[in-house]
Amino acid sequence: MIWLDTIVQGILLGGLYALFAAGLSLVFGIMRLVNLAHGDLIIFAAFAILLIVGSTGLNPFLAALLAAPVMFAVGWALQAFVLNRVLGRDILPPLLVTFGLSVALQNGLLEAFSADSQRIRAGALESASIDLGPVTVGVMPLLTFASAVGAIFLLNRLFYTTALGRAFRATSDDAVTASLMGINPRSVFAIATGLAMVIVTLAALYLGMRSNFDPSIGPARLIYAFEAVIIGGLGSLWGTLLGGAIIGVAQTIGAQINPEWQILAGHIAFLVVLLIRPRGLFPRAVD
Amino acid sequence: MAALLETRGLTAQYGQFKALFGVDLQVAPGECVAIIGANGAGKTTLMRSITGVLRNAPEMILHNGIPIGALSADQVMQRGIAMVPEGRRLFPSLSVEENLLIGGQVRRGDGRWTLEAVYTLFPVLRERRRSPGTALSGGQQQMVAIGRALMSNPGLLLCDEISLGLAPVVIRDIYAALPAIRETGAAVVIVEQDISRALSVADRIYCMMEGRVTLTGRAADMTRDAIHAAYFGNAA
Ligand SMILES: Nc1ncnc2c1ncn2[C@@H]1O[C@H](COP(=O)(O)OP(=O)(O)OP(=O)(O)O)[C@@H](O)[C@H]1O
Ligand SMILES: [Mg+2]
Repeated sequence: MIWLDTIVQGILLGGLYALFAAGLSLVFGIMRLVNLAHGDLIIFAAFAILLIVGSTGLNPFLAALLAAPVMFAVGWALQAFVLNRVLGRDILPPLLVTFGLSVALQNGLLEAFSADSQRIRAGALESASIDLGPVTVGVMPLLTFASAVGAIFLLNRLFYTTALGRAFRATSDDAVTASLMGINPRSVFAIATGLAMVIVTLAALYLGMRSNFDPSIGPARLIYAFEAVIIGGLGSLWGTLLGGAIIGVAQTIGAQINPEWQILAGHIAFLVVLLIRPRGLFPRAVD
Repeated sequence: MAALLETRGLTAQYGQFKALFGVDLQVAPGECVAIIGANGAGKTTLMRSITGVLRNAPEMILHNGIPIGALSADQVMQRGIAMVPEGRRLFPSLSVEENLLIGGQVRRGDGRWTLEAVYTLFPVLRERRRSPGTALSGGQQQMVAIGRALMSNPGLLLCDEISLGLAPVVIRDIYAALPAIRETGAAVVIVEQDISRALSVADRIYCMMEGRVTLTGRAADMTRDAIHAAYFGNAA
């Protein structure tokens, strides 16, 4: 039963990685932009939640609910005032700008909050667990996974059943023709990045409640997110969830064999999937 | 009376390359104007300038007398100028019906064009409405592109080479929709390489060559020789 337990824990861990990745996947899918500051924005949001909890004494979930619209505005403004200016045929300028943003965010957070490890306290929830017969799972990992599934489900609904989602897909296909339909691609992009930051807030909430964080750990979260997106196939949100689960399971299996192998096993799984399916598990038909 | 659309000395360039050298064009409300000219004459560039894909000095393009040359494509479209672009350009990620709906995302008033009206105009699209737009035949895709532009109830419809690459029977079917479109009072500009087709459907003709208008007049008054000279240049 130890292996069943390992796999279940791994899948649940994958929920966290999927939350890291969903915003990245959304933005990449719509505007072919890789935001190298994505991990640092997660840490930024975690500090924002921490600050709200610290100053108001609110429950972390309510604090995240307050942080979400602020993060939407941050994402919207980032896209409207910075990223839209550098998006174009050349993929290098957006990479450089988001890399610069990543460094600036790390330094800014270091100035503001120091290098000390922080944690968003969630009380009894942190250690609560449920007995599911053969395996016992923590309530926190279960909530994380459920939130990832819920977020991806809602994003897919938005994508495939609403006028905004239609505009997302059309703009992603062909921004010039979308503008002939009366759609302003720049404002579509700004809304998309705003939405990505709402998911980043959710990711930050669970990251901050489940482990310690400090201003320097953003880039590693970006790597996990990136791997999950690539494994799943660029732009496929359910693929991203599966990608997260694969990395999670690889990590828990690796850790089961030797605790030092946890991180490495995740990266190896990523490489193996890429060797077998270079375009990921669910590549988009059109690109 | 002010023209619905007017260009005044319109110029356009791609980098260093000049593609339009002072084009003057007028379209009256409800009128059907055809633009003819050989490959590379600048017809598509003219459409791109009018729709705001290429930006201009504001007063080079007037819509109901108002300068719109510097507006972005989405702003021009919101004024009621819809485009059936060259090469159809359906959205591959959208179904036929979604392609139509996105054309109507910005609607002007409650005009006559609805999903139902487009399906009545092109019944085959109703059967294929759940298919990806790009899974259709060329002629059907062209119908989607026209329907998509109609869905906003435009006052001016611009069509760039709607017969390109299609079989004669299919072209006939597509042009058969033109009277129903004009019936709503919309003005139509068609870019068409088939001269006799252009002469038979349009009220007036503009012939372009190398970025300039070389001939313009009522379709009924056109002679073969005049068109030939304007199309190929006098040296021919
Ligand atoms: N994106 C572009 N970059 C550079 N030059 C261009 C571009 N598009 C068109 N041109 C040039 O501008 C000129 C006019 O092209 P345009 O496409 O407007 O002609 P057209 O009349 O529509 O031709 P066709 O009948 O082949 O569609 C041509 O010489 C063409 O090579
Ligand atoms: Mg052309």
